[in-house]
Amino acid sequence: MKIAIRLAFKNLIKAGLRTWLNVTVLAFTFIFIVFYNGFINGWQDQAEQDEIAWQYGQGQLLQEGFDPQDPFTFQEGHALLPEDEQQNLVPVLIRQATLYPEGRLMPVVIKGIRADQQLLKLPTHLLEESSAQIPAIIGKRFATAANLKKGDQVLLRWRDKYGTFDASNFTVAGIFNTNSAAVDNGQIWVPLDKLWEMTGLTNEASFLIAKPGYQATATEGWEFKDLDYLLSDLRAAVNMERSTSAIIYLVLLCIALLAIFDTQVLSIFRRQQEIGTYIALGMTRKQVLGIFTVEGSMYSIFAMVVGGLIGLPIFIYTATQGIGLFDGIDEMGISIANRVYPTFGFGLVAGTVILLLISATLVSFLPARKIATMNPVNALKGKML
Amino acid sequence: MKSLFIILLTSGFFFMPQGSPDANAILKKLDANMTSKTLVSKSEMIIYGRRNSRTIIAKGYSEGQDKSFTEYLSPEREKGTKMLKLEDRLWIYSPSTDRTIQLSGHMLRQSVMGSDLSYEDMMEDRKMTEIYNAIVIGEETIGGRITWILELTAKVDDATYEKRKTWVDQERYIPLKEELFAKSGQLLKKIEMSAVKQFGNRWYPTKMNFKDMLKEGKGTDFVATEMQFDVKIPDYIFTKASLKK
Repeated sequence: MKIAIRLAFKNLIKAGLRTWLNVTVLAFTFIFIVFYNGFINGWQDQAEQDEIAWQYGQGQLLQEGFDPQDPFTFQEGHALLPEDEQQNLVPVLIRQATLYPEGRLMPVVIKGIRADQQLLKLPTHLLEESSAQIPAIIGKRFATAANLKKGDQVLLRWRDKYGTFDASNFTVAGIFNTNSAAVDNGQIWVPLDKLWEMTGLTNEASFLIAKPGYQATATEGWEFKDLDYLLSDLRAAVNMERSTSAIIYLVLLCIALLAIFDTQVLSIFRRQQEIGTYIALGMTRKQVLGIFTVEGSMYSIFAMVVGGLIGLPIFIYTATQGIGLFDGIDEMGISIANRVYPTFGFGLVAGTVILLLISATLVSFLPARKIATMNPVNALKGKML
Repeated sequence: MKSLFIILLTSGFFFMPQGSPDANAILKKLDANMTSKTLVSKSEMIIYGRRNSRTIIAKGYSEGQDKSFTEYLSPEREKGTKMLKLEDRLWIYSPSTDRTIQLSGHMLRQSVMGSDLSYEDMMEDRKMTEIYNAIVIGEETIGGRITWILELTAKVDDATYEKRKTWVDQERYIPLKEELFAKSGQLLKKIEMSAVKQFGNRWYPTKMNFKDMLKEGKGTDFVATEMQFDVKIPDYIFTKASLKK
């Protein structure tokens, strides 16, 4: 084995440009796979943290008729707050309404939340500090869409619990910037007490957000959804992106492996006399096959070294400085920050190394199998194939 | 002091309109005029946009307060779209997708084909006398017709509009103008009726302008070009099967 490694190393170095071309393609593939997966991991980590900090807390207790994904349930999906659960939960009441900025009509969702809550990152303290009749905080995306700024007053029309129309101006007490589009687009956050007063739904909520330390117990009429459930859509979206990108890097990997395969086929054809000599000198066919297979594997090792030398500074830089995405990416409706910090875990790097090593070894082994069936005399004459 | 109070009280009484009509009786007559057992009509809905306007022609059938069926005849894009209302449920059939969907929740609040009317507005079916108490608050002449101004206050919890003001023609007992208010007193919608025509022994406004007062624009006109009251409508019209026919 030691001889095989030494010979393989010498042969590769002697092959010069041919070796370095293969190594370059493989190294590029290695960098791409690690980098892209690191980017997606970073995106997922950040998005999950943002969603927890801005809307999910440690889980949500949903009123049984309320489904956050189904606006049809907003009208009826509310109930009186469960009395014994209020210590560790932040109640939120949702109602649909219509906003009239600059004489336009915009369907919106009013969300009532306690102004003194500190669980979510929403700046609800601005609601407490405002002296407006109906103070509200809105997200940056929605403020842009409705052309609103802090201090603006806009007419809002809603229905009370019986379905009777009511309308009044609300005042923008603050505009927050969040990566979580789900708490921003088309939403107006008002004090819960005020929304109770506006709708007549006193002491009612559509869902409750769990604080740290909340122990989920069976509560009649309410259903607890843990973070795994709440984050499942986000994870599914990320995994979809992951599988799409997998196609790209599999194509890249195939190109690199094809190059190694071609090189091996050519190499065995050109080096017939060398193979014959090895056998004439007493090497078994298996040992010769081993030399060629190790040569192929060594491409991937060289690629790791080159990829590491080029990629490491890139990985370190992007992981610490982040990758700035184009303006407006956060308006696409998905939870993604303007700057994503990739996460390069050990598992990702080790997994990629193993993937490249095994696949390069395999494609080197396949053409080299011909050596096992060769006639050494013909090989010495260069007439093996 | 006591005599002064009596003078003020009695003078106030004498200044009140003589023979002030019973507002609820007016409302009852208005209901009788504006509702019928059945109605078959052809109408034009003119929707005024910022730059241009478009006209949608539809044929409608209604029976009592619970059943109505509308088929859009033009423009080409809307042709074949049908709407069926049975009590508090509303279905829409779209020929382009060959699908029928039931509207509920927030979809009912959406505008009907870009007009100032929502599907909810079109679902409003109860008689005014069932929902409101009325008082006469004055008189006004609109388009040469003398009207009573009725202020209607909801007597039920689930009225869509807490307050309404209705200008009722004193001779024909039909509304010529309506203003619809939110609980806060904010004016939400204004409806102006005109082109009043006689159909048998009833009068009916054949043109209505609906204006969402919170939105910019000229509102939406409804012009009835054909109207037949109390005619027989086959039962199959008010079935879901008729949507796909």
